[in-house]
Amino acid sequence: MTQMKIQPNKFNQGSEPEKEAPDPRQDSALSAEHVTIRYGNTVAVDDVGLAFAANQITAIIGPSGCGKSTFLRAFNRMNDFIPSASLEGAIRFQGIDIYDPAVDPVEVRLRIGMVFQKPNPFPKTIYKNVAWGPQINGFKGDLDELVENSLRSAAIWDEVKDRLHKSALGLSGGQQQRLCIARTLAMQSEVILMDEPCSALDPLSTGRVEDLMLELKQNHTFVIVTHNMQQASRASDYTAFMEAGKLVEFDHTEKMFQNPSNQRTEDYVSGRFG
Amino acid sequence: MSWLDTANLNLRKRRRRALYFKSICSLFTWSCFVLLAVLLVHVGHKGVGLIDVDFLRNAPSWRPEDCGIWPAIAGSLWMMGLTALISIPCGVSAALYLEEFAPKNRWAHLIDVNISNLAGVPSIVYGILGATVFVRFLALEQSVLAGSLTMSLLVLPVIIIASREAIRAVPSTIRHAALALGATPWQTVVHHVLPTALAGILTGVILALSRAIGETAPLITIGAVAYISDAPAGPMDSFTVLPLQIYSWTTKAQSEFQDLAAGGIVALLVFLVIMNGIAVWIRHRAEGNAN
Repeated sequence: MTQMKIQPNKFNQGSEPEKEAPDPRQDSALSAEHVTIRYGNTVAVDDVGLAFAANQITAIIGPSGCGKSTFLRAFNRMNDFIPSASLEGAIRFQGIDIYDPAVDPVEVRLRIGMVFQKPNPFPKTIYKNVAWGPQINGFKGDLDELVENSLRSAAIWDEVKDRLHKSALGLSGGQQQRLCIARTLAMQSEVILMDEPCSALDPLSTGRVEDLMLELKQNHTFVIVTHNMQQASRASDYTAFMEAGKLVEFDHTEKMFQNPSNQRTEDYVSGRFG
Repeated sequence: MSWLDTANLNLRKRRRRALYFKSICSLFTWSCFVLLAVLLVHVGHKGVGLIDVDFLRNAPSWRPEDCGIWPAIAGSLWMMGLTALISIPCGVSAALYLEEFAPKNRWAHLIDVNISNLAGVPSIVYGILGATVFVRFLALEQSVLAGSLTMSLLVLPVIIIASREAIRAVPSTIRHAALALGATPWQTVVHHVLPTALAGILTGVILALSRAIGETAPLITIGAVAYISDAPAGPMDSFTVLPLQIYSWTTKAQSEFQDLAAGGIVALLVFLVIMNGIAVWIRHRAEGNAN
């Protein structure tokens, strides 16, 4: 296995701590360069270039079928499992092209975690759900502690501490999704991709997931695909708007929602279409 | 005023038709049930009285009153065990490979179609194949091993198909969850796909083995014989199985042997019920674990 030479917080070194949100082009954890993704002959993502700022939350919005989920999955190589999918261009994680043949996709997914649209806990106990990822990847420390910390970070510890060894399938949808987040946090991945994580949740659970992201962004970089415009404006620092596979506009969330440069963006965020 | 007000609803006629259909369905169901019940009662009436310790312990004999089915039971157990040992690893591995790892191309499709066809090939054909390859070419003679290899060929397609169905039923969200945590495809399969599919795989396996236990034709073809006075002691011994023993008794003229056949059938049925019971139990357990 080729080791990716990853230095933690590489991008925060050398530059002074800033109060203002960093410019993603200079301080990116993850970036896409001229990325085109095809399913067979159908172009799903068309020449998109974009950089996600470290320790920030970037939202990707756009109408259904605009390629935003496909684009997101490209960042931890989940599209590898779709036989017809192909990718052109480069995706760089801390300077390394994750589609370089020398890079092991398993390691990419270790470093770049993902939370899915539908809560998908394993049909095992709550404890095993969180412990499994670290276990198979050679975790040597105190597993109980890691599980507890992860569940605490995902704000679900109090609800499950008395039933850690009961099946995860007995939890409610919102709890299951927070368990899935805890499972991802246990991997201590630098980047966490979220594919419409709240689309199956009620407003209360949605709020908790958003609060979580805001708390956890000190240690993680979040990219969230969402259909929910309020969610993007509430919870993200940057917003990218995609339409028909193309990146229309990408900017600070405030600007995107209050004073977008592009007319299509304005129409979309103000609810005129989509 | 909508069209509903003037339409001829014909509710009575429709209800009557539904009733006809329901009656026909239940008639067919009950006639199957009655036929089976008659068969069971008939066989049971003749056979149950015959089953005692001696019948289960003795070997077949020329004298009906001394006859027993121990060599046939032992032969069936031997053959089942060896068939399971051979066919389960092969079948489940093949299913896993085809579902999880093999590229989905024209070859995969060709193999697909062929496995389905193989499941429908008459068992006598497998018998001929077994007689040629295992008995003669590999010189295994009329041994338990040759019989088990032949039976394995027979049940493999069924095991592969059932296992593939079970594996396919595992939601892909579970695979994605595991892969996104940095699991290799192999870890994903071993830790999540296989345990989740286990109930379905085992059910398929046991049903396939139940089929093997009742098969006679391929064993006649490879030359397994009914008159065996000892239970096989090893895989290279000659053997007989329950259905063969039953068949050989039914071909005899004396009515006492006919009764013995009924006894053998009861023994075989008990065997099958136990196996299916195990299948249900395993399924229950595995499903319980999953939840």
